[in-house]
Amino acid sequence: MTRPPPTAALAGFVSCGTCGLLCRPAEAGKPGECPRCGEPLAFRLPESIERTWAYVVAAAVCYLPANLLPVMTTTTIKATTESTILSGVIHFYTTGSWFLALIVLVASVIIPLGKLGALAYLLVTVMRRSTGRPLERARLFRMLKAIGRWSMLDVFVVMFVVALVRFEPFMSVVPGPGVPFFAAVVILTILAADAFDPRLIWDPAGKTGGTGG
Amino acid sequence: MATGSTDIVACPDCDLLQRVPSVRAGETARCPRCGRALATGKTDPFDRTLALALAALVALVLANTEILMELSARGRESSTTILGGAREMWRQGERVSAVLVCFFTTAAPAAYIGCMIALLLAVRRPPAPRWAGTVLRWAETGNLWSMVEVMMLGILVSLVKIASLADVRPGIGFFAVGPLVFLLAAMSTSFDPREAWSRVRWENGYWPGSDR
Repeated sequence: MTRPPPTAALAGFVSCGTCGLLCRPAEAGKPGECPRCGEPLAFRLPESIERTWAYVVAAAVCYLPANLLPVMTTTTIKATTESTILSGVIHFYTTGSWFLALIVLVASVIIPLGKLGALAYLLVTVMRRSTGRPLERARLFRMLKAIGRWSMLDVFVVMFVVALVRFEPFMSVVPGPGVPFFAAVVILTILAADAFDPRLIWDPAGKTGGTGG
Repeated sequence: MATGSTDIVACPDCDLLQRVPSVRAGETARCPRCGRALATGKTDPFDRTLALALAALVALVLANTEILMELSARGRESSTTILGGAREMWRQGERVSAVLVCFFTTAAPAAYIGCMIALLLAVRRPPAPRWAGTVLRWAETGNLWSMVEVMMLGILVSLVKIASLADVRPGIGFFAVGPLVFLLAAMSTSFDPREAWSRVRWENGYWPGSDR
């Protein structure tokens, strides 16, 4: 094997997670604080894997009620209908707005589910110290960080529909119990991506290069 | 010498040590191992961003105070603003969601714009005061949670959803949201946090690696 890639950690440096300054800690075990911005320094985010798993599991728990509980209850003189995220998608599709059906399906169902699966995959490969396809995994992680917020779409849709459709007693729309679960899924997956340290993807490459054994 | 240390960086995504080359406007320096953008050349990272931030402030105020959409059906009228939507959710018992929505659509973008204006004024004549670094950190947090562009799509989807029930007309607030999305995006792409950090006065005043 060739020599391991020159990473900051192998060279005894630590880069500040806030301002990016490259620092050499006085003691190897205690990185201390960044001399420029004063934030605590760490070679890797502390307890990154454990914290990311915690957020992923919590988000997965909220994912089911978010999709099964109604997000909107529409009351007219004739009837009361409860709609879930999926029934909203089906409604758009059957009324001819297949493009909107696709947007809501992707933003509300596919992105959160894909994000949970992808984060679990990244966590498992990092825990197994896998060296395969690091570039693809790094790109996957950057994509996760970029698209996560779009899942909040349906919460905004519910809010504006609820605020506008107020024709008591003819018709009214009330937010359903699925909404807070839905918001929780989005927030927890954003926090999960924030807690994950992408440098863990690349660390095994340095170890197999020779220093470890 | 403290200033020499900022040329060599560790990639934030893969920790590879490398020297960041100087980039011209429009060029991007990427990490050779993981492809993460390390530095992007900006034509005018502070004055242009400040102009965009001031314009974004105006757009944010308009988007939040003016009517977003009006609806009329069966001889009745109703209209809403962003905060009016949140208020209605609060009234219907969804208090947690109402607070979250206010945070994502109003508080977070306002914090981002406000902190950026303060920061951009502070870094104009280096060395910037110590608090500029703290404000920059707040701005980044605000930007992480600001979801104005998602809200815009949400407004469009709800317009279509309601259009089958009644006559919906977009208001002035609606036409402020589009420019706001554009201005927020332009702000973060024209701004160079590396350059801003390099102007911030250090807490301790020395590089830990240097001989004291």
